[in-house]
Amino acid sequence: MSDGGGGLAGRTIKFFLDEAEVEALPGETIWQVAQRNGVEIPHLCYSPEPGYRPDGNCRACMVEIEGERVLAASCVRKPAAGMKVRSASERAKFSRKMVFDLLVSDQPSRNAHPDPDSKFWRWADKVGVAAGRFPATHHPKPDRSHPAMAVRLDACIECNLCVRACREVQVNDVIGMAARNHDAKIIFDFDDPMGASTCVACGECVQACPTGALIESALVDERGVQAQKPNREVDSVCPYCGVGCQITYKIKDDKLLYVDGRTGPSNLNRLCVKGRFGFDYVSHPQRLTKPMIRKPGMKKDAHAPLDPSNPWSHFREATWDEALDVAAAGLKKIRDAHGPKGLAGFGSAKGSNEEAYLFQKLVRAGFGTNNVDHCTRLCHASSVAGLLEGIGSGAVTAPFMAAKDADVIVIIGANPAENHPVAATFFKNAVKRGATLIVMDPRGQALKRHATHMLQFKPSRDVAMLSAMLNVIISEGLADKQYVQAHTEDFDKVAESVKDRTPEKMAPVCGIDAETLRTVARKFARAEAAIIFWGMGISQHVHGTDNTRCLIALSLITGQVGRPGTGLHPLRGQNNVQGASDVGLIPMFFPDYMSVEDPARRAFYEKLWGAKLDPKRGLTVVEIVNAIHADEIHGMYIMGENPAMSDPDVQHAREALAKLDHLVVQDLFLTETAYYADVFLPGSAWPEKTGTVSNTNRQVQMGRQALPLPGDARHDLWIIQELARRLGLGWNYAGPADVFAEMKQGMPSLDNITWERVDRESSVTYPCSAPDKPGDDIVFSDGFPTKSGRGRLVPVEIRPPAEEPDEQYPMVLTTGRQLEHWHTGAMTRRASVLDAIEPEAHTSLSPGDMARMGISSGAMVRVSTRRGTIELRARPDNAVPPGMIFIPFCYAEAAANVLTNPQLDPMGKIPEFKFCAARLDPIAATAAAE
Amino acid sequence: MSAHDNSAPVAQPARFAFTPANLEKAKAHIAKYPPGRQASAVLPLLDLAQRQHDNWLPRAAMDVVADMLGMARIRVYEVATFYTMFNLKPVGKHFFQICTTTPCWLRGSDAVVAACKKKLGIGIGQTTADGMFTLKEVECLGACVNAPIIQVNDDFYEDLDGRSTEALIDALKRGEKPPVGSVKQRQTSAPDGGPTTLKDLSFAGGKR
Repeated sequence: MSDGGGGLAGRTIKFFLDEAEVEALPGETIWQVAQRNGVEIPHLCYSPEPGYRPDGNCRACMVEIEGERVLAASCVRKPAAGMKVRSASERAKFSRKMVFDLLVSDQPSRNAHPDPDSKFWRWADKVGVAAGRFPATHHPKPDRSHPAMAVRLDACIECNLCVRACREVQVNDVIGMAARNHDAKIIFDFDDPMGASTCVACGECVQACPTGALIESALVDERGVQAQKPNREVDSVCPYCGVGCQITYKIKDDKLLYVDGRTGPSNLNRLCVKGRFGFDYVSHPQRLTKPMIRKPGMKKDAHAPLDPSNPWSHFREATWDEALDVAAAGLKKIRDAHGPKGLAGFGSAKGSNEEAYLFQKLVRAGFGTNNVDHCTRLCHASSVAGLLEGIGSGAVTAPFMAAKDADVIVIIGANPAENHPVAATFFKNAVKRGATLIVMDPRGQALKRHATHMLQFKPSRDVAMLSAMLNVIISEGLADKQYVQAHTEDFDKVAESVKDRTPEKMAPVCGIDAETLRTVARKFARAEAAIIFWGMGISQHVHGTDNTRCLIALSLITGQVGRPGTGLHPLRGQNNVQGASDVGLIPMFFPDYMSVEDPARRAFYEKLWGAKLDPKRGLTVVEIVNAIHADEIHGMYIMGENPAMSDPDVQHAREALAKLDHLVVQDLFLTETAYYADVFLPGSAWPEKTGTVSNTNRQVQMGRQALPLPGDARHDLWIIQELARRLGLGWNYAGPADVFAEMKQGMPSLDNITWERVDRESSVTYPCSAPDKPGDDIVFSDGFPTKSGRGRLVPVEIRPPAEEPDEQYPMVLTTGRQLEHWHTGAMTRRASVLDAIEPEAHTSLSPGDMARMGISSGAMVRVSTRRGTIELRARPDNAVPPGMIFIPFCYAEAAANVLTNPQLDPMGKIPEFKFCAARLDPIAATAAAE
Repeated sequence: MSAHDNSAPVAQPARFAFTPANLEKAKAHIAKYPPGRQASAVLPLLDLAQRQHDNWLPRAAMDVVADMLGMARIRVYEVATFYTMFNLKPVGKHFFQICTTTPCWLRGSDAVVAACKKKLGIGIGQTTADGMFTLKEVECLGACVNAPIIQVNDDFYEDLDGRSTEALIDALKRGEKPPVGSVKQRQTSAPDGGPTTLKDLSFAGGKR
């Protein structure tokens, strides 16, 4: 694509559109050329949005071509040189009008229509058809079985845009066109009610539907007739996962009605169920909007949950001044009595970069300690540790969109269809294009159906499996010798370490047969372009860093990095976990991963911040909890994090929180963590504030305030600043733009990226070489930012998990997330649609195990480990192998982390959430309920 | 309404599996197509499944076929609902497809339909209470020269009128299998009343 015009112009075609000579770019259709030249042609089954193929079925876009017997559908027809097209001849107009006449005849009347302002009606108006002349034929009943979407097939024109949305864009394959001729109709699965189908509620069909036959339930009344419509909109970015989908809030007055996907670089209009339907948590009745102070003498009981609807049993309302004064005084008192080491802070990966930056600055400059961390410690800390060691940078080397250029895509220890749903759509698109997809995970998943190879290896045996692949590549001479020589070091050490780990030897260890291991290794090594994506299945082990080292080695010895379609990509979890880490919300680094133990860097920040800084790295999440138990830490400030749900061995963490002398919690709700607060500060939800976030692709994106703050809630940035002032820091930031400007001073990664630019472009990728150039999607095409400029290959041992199953605890417990719920559920369980789809705690079990133990679907079971016991419902799931228990950790009533093992990866300090020994017991009493 | 009307709930079996013999046949069908094109075998596999399953195709069978061919299940549902030859709910042991397209209609298909309804006491699209007969009205069966026609399962009965239709039903009720083809004993589609030309042709071996 380097040619600026010459080559491209050579391939353009000149033809005539309504007498004027126009030019068509390669591949352009008549409709697209007309659109570019400002000539409007009606269209219904065609969507000009990215990812939608023209289908030419509705005949609303017919044009006349001189010398041709019949009219042509301009959305699919490509022009030929010299062709004379008439877009508005009488014949074409008459034909198009007839199409609308026929369609309008079958529509519900406009005043009883789900969407009287839809694309369909707007075109009918323009074409000049108000009422149809023909008798109506079909009146299917509305389908209101889905909590988020209303189906009114009587308004359907069978344009099949929803089929393409579901099949070709999001690749969920739920919607189809059944039967034929006049019986043809849109179906969900086998004509199931939408709410009972396998629909994952991404809502792509709703956004694509030109008539309103598929529409957000929030917009229609119980009859499916339009009830309300927005009167303003605000562009922003989704607050859930690291994909960073751009969205548009559709608002009526100050109420959020619905959300549409926007053409951001990482989502191209696509969204998932959370990003489209998961926003009404902001106005949930349990939202706290008053500062609160714990009532005197109110005990903190780690074993007695509070009622989040009624904080007044333990708290009293306070003014902002009083609450902030008490919050700051408590922290200061501990600082004075125990020194800076007596304090710690947990910031949030759900807030903005500016908030994260100020939070770590407050802890470092105000508390005087590096004891600041956030949930990155629980997700990708080991990936970042491995990447920093190996290639000198903890961020991805390529965005997930690079999958479109890859021949081989490896997804290991990740379940993107649930956890990064929009990224998963690009992987599925790549498979449709012909890419080879290799999925490696002990648990099956939705992508299995699309995978060329599905390697369901034994839990926690990643290193054995990956070592066997390395062995094949090296022993069969498939390594890229040139790349290895030019860009890596210590190849020999890795070669030596895997010499004996032949596929035949590793097969019984990892449970994948030798032949498959060889095949997959060869395909990866021989691919023109191969890319690796991974998730918490890699990182959340005591050998998480080792797992990452293996992936880095795979990528580097085959030279599968630094080119289009290649790279290493840990799929980041939270919307701003990349950004929060970048701006230094971690105990060992200042912004941009500069060591806190580097005197020069410390001097830089001591000058910039005007404060004496702690010369030693601080404690991490789990270490902080242990330090509380060890009477070393006495006070904490926690903003937007919920360690009382997210930490491993969570009862231990709750006991620590309850033990603190002083705890300041800043959040939206009375979270499980906030139970133990001395002062509660009500913050702002994502749609209520403005700030930047950095997604998994290194794209810095702008989140914009769309809704007013409810009640007395305040912007988090304001709260942090007010607290800082009371700790003696003379801050005076007018807003996030000021913070961004300061942040940039210590962050070369943000060179050429200003607040104004992010606001103007909505998304800018870093690193970026000039203010007027896009950032670099793919990095490290020529070496790495390590001291030697080479990628370091690190040999690893095969180490077992920290706790193997035994007689007493014979099964393997693994935890994770699920599509509808986010992290600890604080937001999503208060989002009505998401809660309606997945309302209660459950464990996924293999149907075989359930049959063997006499557990029926939906029965209550007891899951126990050495840490604790929970009770929840059993759900059969073919994806779960025998002997495994899977529990999503978002359910407070049966918190999976009561069970998990807090053993840490020695380097990344990440706990082993993905593996511990557990025991499953049926609960007999509930059997009688059936 | 056609047999594809899914509005009436159908008791779907929870599971379907090909018999070992049919599984072999299915594999043979799949092997006809190049790698990556297994979906081409969807029609023969659905047909196999229907034949194995009392002449109707349960959802579980479509799912099995989809999974065998690496197809999205919805794609198989689309195929199965598109082709009228697939029955998506249970049908009688004798599945009557009565042609009422123009040539059959001109040759008296109304009387054939009436005879069926009278004799069986059911309407089009219905199945007798004993599960023995199902009536379905279909478009051209492609044997207009011998109109009117009923296809019973895989067999054509041709040159029917009201009386011969009743006789056919009686025979089926008795458990007999009447000879297929023209009920007037016409040789394939030779003229009614016997050949008018080439009457004295004799072939090697003396066979006509």
